[in-house]
Amino acid sequence: MRPLSKINIISLIFGYAFLYLPILIVVIFSFNESKLLSTWSGFSFKWYRALKDNEGLLSAVGSSLKIASISATLAVILGTMAAITMVRFGRFKGRTLFLGMVSSPLIMPDVITGLAVLMMFVTSEQLIGIPSHRGIMTITIAHITVSMAYVFLIIQARLKDFDNSLEEAAKDLGAKPTKVFFLITLPLITPSLMAGWLLSFALSLDDVVIASFLSGPGATTLPMLIFSSIRLGVSPEINALASLIIAIISLIVLGAGFLLYRQQRRL
Amino acid sequence: MIFLMKAFKNKVWSAHDRRWVILIPCLWLVLFFLIPFFLVIKISLSESILAIPPFNPLVTWGAECVLSIRLNFETISRLVTDSFYLGAFSSSLIMACVSTLTCLIVGYGVAYAISQVRSQWRFILLLMIVLPFWTSFLVRIYAWMGLLGTEGTINSVLLYLGIIHKPLSLLYNNFSVWIGIVYCYLPFMILPIYAILDKLDPVYLEAAHDLGCRPWQAFWKVTIPLSLPGIISGCILVFIPAIGEFVIPDLLGASDTLMIGRVLWMEFFSNRDWPMACTLAVAILLLFVVPVMIFQRFQLRENEERQ
Repeated sequence: MRPLSKINIISLIFGYAFLYLPILIVVIFSFNESKLLSTWSGFSFKWYRALKDNEGLLSAVGSSLKIASISATLAVILGTMAAITMVRFGRFKGRTLFLGMVSSPLIMPDVITGLAVLMMFVTSEQLIGIPSHRGIMTITIAHITVSMAYVFLIIQARLKDFDNSLEEAAKDLGAKPTKVFFLITLPLITPSLMAGWLLSFALSLDDVVIASFLSGPGATTLPMLIFSSIRLGVSPEINALASLIIAIISLIVLGAGFLLYRQQRRL
Repeated sequence: MIFLMKAFKNKVWSAHDRRWVILIPCLWLVLFFLIPFFLVIKISLSESILAIPPFNPLVTWGAECVLSIRLNFETISRLVTDSFYLGAFSSSLIMACVSTLTCLIVGYGVAYAISQVRSQWRFILLLMIVLPFWTSFLVRIYAWMGLLGTEGTINSVLLYLGIIHKPLSLLYNNFSVWIGIVYCYLPFMILPIYAILDKLDPVYLEAAHDLGCRPWQAFWKVTIPLSLPGIISGCILVFIPAIGEFVIPDLLGASDTLMIGRVLWMEFFSNRDWPMACTLAVAILLLFVVPVMIFQRFQLRENEERQ
């Protein structure tokens, strides 16, 4: 291929610098002795140490991880079922409505989704008494509904590109359809399932709007905590926490990316 | 579980078994997505009172077997007549349009550049586009607060270099909200455009070249029209969430930077005016989301017909 023209190189440099500058600043200044993001006064781990003693923070992290893992798992199950329905089951009554319902959360603003699901819970509390209080369960349910749309998108794209010959070979050898699905289809779409799980996990861990609408007393998630800390003022512990989050997630994403890359090259 | 065991025994997935696979996600969505939206419409027509929950029930079964239905249109009339809300809608629209346009220009440039790079580098470049998306969104906004503040990094560097003598007011205004939105939604623009550019058949560009087109002309007349589906997807993925954004205007904007998502939040949390919040939600849906969805459906049907 031709070497890159100057415009392209400038676009790339500008684009990536824009994307990564704030992240670099956060990481660098998490080691800063002083509170400010303008002067460097020395290298220090003190904000990281302060994190360890922050009990409210640790419980919020626990809640967030719980919500994220449960919602990611259920979102993958439901999203995959929806994807199979759309791709494999041909035309059926209400197909367009179903497609609309599944993929709407993708473009719906969070405030609207959060408000709507909350109204649902409030009404059902009035009518039948469930749920009696809002907290981790209600947040999880809302997250599942939103994440399901993303999983649906990923799995549906994967199923459309699917090579049916392996499944058909299995059927010809006498395997029953359910067995075909669990033994052949599922392993083949596993990378997409994992991508969907990770995406749902990340979305849930990052969401502040929906969680704020649907939480109750005692259920504070990590994003809610970070959000209120930021609103109260610049808190340098946030820098340290942010750098930790960035480091952990970067390792996971780079690791997954590396594995995927090696898999692709082998094919 | 019983159906799973029966399904294992059957040779073919009967229509009955298929129904379960359709039914479960369908029920979930109806319960937690469709019904909630009807409830939002219902509550937007009720009255705001000081109670828990803070609105009047619409339908009451009173004494002497009287069924009374009260539809309160006060919130709707307030929405239409109060210039506050109209101002919020128009400023949201302007901000979303400007941000989408900026995302388009920057995003197209980056996507095009990636598509011109040698294929072994593309994977890592794309991974690096997606990586910031996986790190906490709140934290990245917080980083911009630090960068743009009067005592922040950008002002400190510029003052130190002597380029300016007074700190620039870069934060808590429309500029910072614009930067915030573009920053957060840029990957959503880059990825769909790259996906289309990647599949672009070079035959068209070669034909244009053979017919005497210069590179810039070919870009405008061939590449851009062919990448239109990606451009449209990217714009939709940026425009709609940007209009309803709450966190970015709240953290990066001034207290009077009004975007409609933020107004909804304030009506709900600060004013405890649930009917008004619901009315705003319905208005946002009708004005912005529904037209886009209809457009998308129309596009989809056009594509299916063409195939």
